[in-house]
Amino acid sequence: MIRQIIKSVREYKNKSILTLIFITLEVFLDVLIPILTTKIIDNGINVKDINTVLTIGIILIFVSLFSLLFGWLSGKYAAVASSGFAKNLRHDMYYKIQDYSFSNIEKFSSSSLVTRLTTDVNNLQMTYQMLIRIAVRAPLMFIFSLFMVFTINSKLSLIFLVIAPILGFLLFYIANRAHPLFESVFRTYDDLNNSVQENVRGIRVVKSYVQEETEIKKFNSVSSKIYKNFMKAEKLVVLNTPIMRLCIYTSIIIISYIGSKFVIGGTLTTGELTGVITYAAQILNSLMMLSMIYVTCIISIPSMERIVEVLNETPTIRNSNKKLTEVKDGSIIFSDVSFAYTKDKNVLKNINLNIKSGEMIGIIGGIGSSKSTLVNLIPRLYDVTSGSIKIGNVDVRDYDIKSLRDSVAVVLQKNVLFSGTIADNLKWGNKEATIEDFDRVCKIACCDEFISKFPDGYDTYIDQGGTNVSGGQKQRLCIARALLKHPKIIILDDSTSAVDTKTDAIIRKSFREKIPDVTKIIIAQRISSIEDCDRVIVLDNGEISAFDTPDNLLKSNKIYQEVYYSQTKGSDLDE
Amino acid sequence: MNKKSKKHTLLRLIKYITSYYKVQFIIILFAIILSSVCHVYGQSFLQTLIDDYITPLIGVENPIYTDLWQAIGWMAFVYAVGVITTFLYSRLTVNVSQGVLKIIRDDMFHHMETLPIRYFDDNNHGDIMSYYINDTDALREMISQSIPNCVANGIIIIAAFIAMLFLNVYLTIVIVIGVLFMLTLARFIGKKSSKYFIARQKTVAKVNGYIEEMIDGQKVIQVFTHEDEAKKNFDILNEELFENTKNANTYANILMPVMSNIGYLIYVVIAILGGFIAIKFNLSIGVIASFLLLTRGFTMHINQLSQQYNSIALALAGANRIFELIDEKSEENNGKVTLVHAIKNEDGSLKVSSTYTGLWAWYNPDNDSLTELKGDIQLKSVDFSYVEGKKVLEDISLYAKPGQKIAFVGATGAGKTTIANLINRFYDIQDGIILYDGIDIKQINKNDLRKSLGMVLQDVNLFTGTIMENLRYGRENATDEECIEAARLANADKFIEKLPNGYDTIITDNGDNLSQGQRQLLAIARCAVSNPPVMILDEATSSIDTRTEKEVQEGMDKLMEGRTVFVIAHRLSTIRNAKAIIVLENGRIIERGNHEQLIEQKGKYYQLYTGAFELE
Repeated sequence: MIRQIIKSVREYKNKSILTLIFITLEVFLDVLIPILTTKIIDNGINVKDINTVLTIGIILIFVSLFSLLFGWLSGKYAAVASSGFAKNLRHDMYYKIQDYSFSNIEKFSSSSLVTRLTTDVNNLQMTYQMLIRIAVRAPLMFIFSLFMVFTINSKLSLIFLVIAPILGFLLFYIANRAHPLFESVFRTYDDLNNSVQENVRGIRVVKSYVQEETEIKKFNSVSSKIYKNFMKAEKLVVLNTPIMRLCIYTSIIIISYIGSKFVIGGTLTTGELTGVITYAAQILNSLMMLSMIYVTCIISIPSMERIVEVLNETPTIRNSNKKLTEVKDGSIIFSDVSFAYTKDKNVLKNINLNIKSGEMIGIIGGIGSSKSTLVNLIPRLYDVTSGSIKIGNVDVRDYDIKSLRDSVAVVLQKNVLFSGTIADNLKWGNKEATIEDFDRVCKIACCDEFISKFPDGYDTYIDQGGTNVSGGQKQRLCIARALLKHPKIIILDDSTSAVDTKTDAIIRKSFREKIPDVTKIIIAQRISSIEDCDRVIVLDNGEISAFDTPDNLLKSNKIYQEVYYSQTKGSDLDE
Repeated sequence: MNKKSKKHTLLRLIKYITSYYKVQFIIILFAIILSSVCHVYGQSFLQTLIDDYITPLIGVENPIYTDLWQAIGWMAFVYAVGVITTFLYSRLTVNVSQGVLKIIRDDMFHHMETLPIRYFDDNNHGDIMSYYINDTDALREMISQSIPNCVANGIIIIAAFIAMLFLNVYLTIVIVIGVLFMLTLARFIGKKSSKYFIARQKTVAKVNGYIEEMIDGQKVIQVFTHEDEAKKNFDILNEELFENTKNANTYANILMPVMSNIGYLIYVVIAILGGFIAIKFNLSIGVIASFLLLTRGFTMHINQLSQQYNSIALALAGANRIFELIDEKSEENNGKVTLVHAIKNEDGSLKVSSTYTGLWAWYNPDNDSLTELKGDIQLKSVDFSYVEGKKVLEDISLYAKPGQKIAFVGATGAGKTTIANLINRFYDIQDGIILYDGIDIKQINKNDLRKSLGMVLQDVNLFTGTIMENLRYGRENATDEECIEAARLANADKFIEKLPNGYDTIITDNGDNLSQGQRQLLAIARCAVSNPPVMILDEATSSIDTRTEKEVQEGMDKLMEGRTVFVIAHRLSTIRNAKAIIVLENGRIIERGNHEQLIEQKGKYYQLYTGAFELE
């Protein structure tokens, strides 16, 4: 898993290594500083030797200036390397997602993909920076300081061989015990979030049912749970500081006790004694840093797992070897097609259809009759579970996916316009489209009228989610966008539900007149949207109940009749 | 946040803490002071130990250790006190910080529930949510870490400063100048860093927005084979984010090495100056040595103190937002008229009953009168605007007799939903009067008013819990049978029974696992359980397909029987049988009448009905 993630460091490997080098240098100087600061007193001030004070002072100035320089450089490179790493991770994930099929996306859900690309990457970025900065600093500090103590007095260094393992054990024990407790705190945070969100979002329901007291009670029980769990975790973690102090103080006492004997015995100078004590703090502090890194790492493991999941997902729809780029015509043949989203739960069963190029086909059926699923199979947004679909007499799986989708324009039920001008949005259909092209398709989709009313025309800015145009206008723009592709087949998946019936009829009329060779498939709830189609497919629970002309269906098909009579013509404005 | 409000917020926070945890707070302060004193004393005692106890013994034959051992024993005692007090304040701080957080969260939520609907309409929901987690978390860090740190460092700094003044005034001045330089530099770096952090925050928002929009529209991207463009645009934003993050982190990273090394430089300057003074003016060596030791501690602790600056600023900004929420004005509820159980006397007059009778009455304490709850609603020349000067409703007059169904039709923004908001007093009218059973609704206790009005909205909100619990939301003591019956009425029973756990299926995330149509059915059933005399249905069936709606309609008809109902619907088939249809345009009533009358008028309604006009 780590290897997979580390791949994304790429060009920032050099910067990461530079960080490590500069940190090593910085630590080396940092370890020298305490000894110099004590020397300046012992060898200079105390013996009134101004020259020594000057010499050591100048050395100290240089050492700290260099330490500053290395600290600066390591800080800078660590920032570059970690944000570069995060940039690459986001890049890799985003590119991978572009290869995802519909079912890949649904597996993760788009909100979860967003979190993985943002929060999780951010977590890893922080961990990475911490690792390259402190994971080197702490052990180096430990080793250098221990080495210094060893050179001063090897017997005194034995103290640390006893105290350091004890402290290390305690710190890691606390970290290990506290981590699951913190995880349960974060889980309770989710409950808290949920409770607040429900109330903020559903405040009208809470107030209209006068349930404020109940909600407060519910919230209090969640917040008590957080209090309890957090207390448990924190009680443990706050032991760190007193334990640290206990260990440092104990070492100081022992060093003073043993050291004073050495001093009196003449094997140690007083300056060396204070030096050893200074290093004691550094040695033990580095253990503290190590335990901090340890905690950060375990916390970021779930984020890492979520990212790797995205990177390792195999796209379910891929180009075959044939990669045909030419789609001959808009004829569609379904032979024995079945489809299941999840294993063994067929939502489409034994579909057989033969649609001629240029036909206008309507599809009706209740919620859950799999109308959308049926049409999504045509441009390979999903692959059939069994059977086959042919367009222009070639199996859809033999086409190059891009060519296939360029020939089959689907106007999805969940329409999306992107922030940008109308022209930007239309150009999704064809990058090179000219104003004349815009005019042509907008006329067919009946957008010309309202666009011309906007002061900025095609340059009118569409807000995110297309909130500044009405539902009907949005749907018509999406149709125009699809037409710009010059498709062989155009599919409207409930795409005129918010368009008034009159305009709806005009659109269908111009479809017939302006694009006669294009196969048109129209899914609708509204009977008026499909009654002038050449033929209509009636879907019921994933099966074809009938496929015939509207007149024949009205005579023979019960479902069609039922829908027809429930919607006296024109009574329905919506859906 | 300016300085004054920062100070104000801090004081208020401390007041919050002391009003609940006064004793513990004082013990913590003492423990911190004692522990820092022990820490500093222990460190400086080391010098005494060396100078007064060890050095005299050097070279002495048969040295007598008793005094030395006693001194070390004393040091051990001081350190022991240090460890104990450190433990004490760390442990108590957990109590106080967690306790205060719980109190603040509960206060916040309790207060939030009392706020008027306007607050929720005007404020970003994400912002409100972040008060509960991000802002309180920043507070926790401040109470449990920053404040103890500041107190401890502050004490040491002050003590060191006083000691330095006693030792040598001139050298102290030099140090102060050095420290001022250090702090200015820290401020400069901090400013740079926060400039890039703000830029970074903005880019983060941009990148998140792009990712959200694109991932949400990923299917459209695929249908239009637009992947390459999506990648290209992403790379541009990603690069921008990288630049800002890099700069922000660089400045944050270099702060520490810059500060601590400048601390060493100050030390060297003092050492050299001190050396000269000592030799030239024949000052005591001990004074200079002690002064140097203090210098190190002084700069180190100033360094540590300045590290707290950012987290304190962050926490105070958070605390400020929390207090803003707590200071937000609650919804007023001055209505005296309440809803009571009633029984009819033989002569037909009403009497208050202490138990459920099925009959409700409005009780007015002013004249000790009872009025039967019937569901008669009247609006008389009502004006309303959300923002002053921009009228949303103008001169609306209408009435609904008990049991009548009144429908509102009109384009988005015509004011249909606003009328519903006014009847249950989510918002208060500016002009005119609304009467409920002849009583001005401003005189009715809001809770009782709302209990007597059922609402089913287009956006269904369900709560975490089982389906049964959700159905029971409006009437806690409803029996299972009553809930199931209501579900049957709304035609929700079919899909509920198909769920693996039936009525015990747990709903999470606002019913994420249900379709919009199913959620609407549940909301209708929930309203049926609460059994109100007046119902407001705001696009309650918009997501139910026409075939299912026909089935729901039967249940709805049964549900509406004997109740006053206000219906707002897009789909005209839903409202055809209404007693009166009111067509709204730009906040005014432009047509009213029943279906046949309006068709005959050949006005707006006729146009809508024949499909010649688009509603949205």
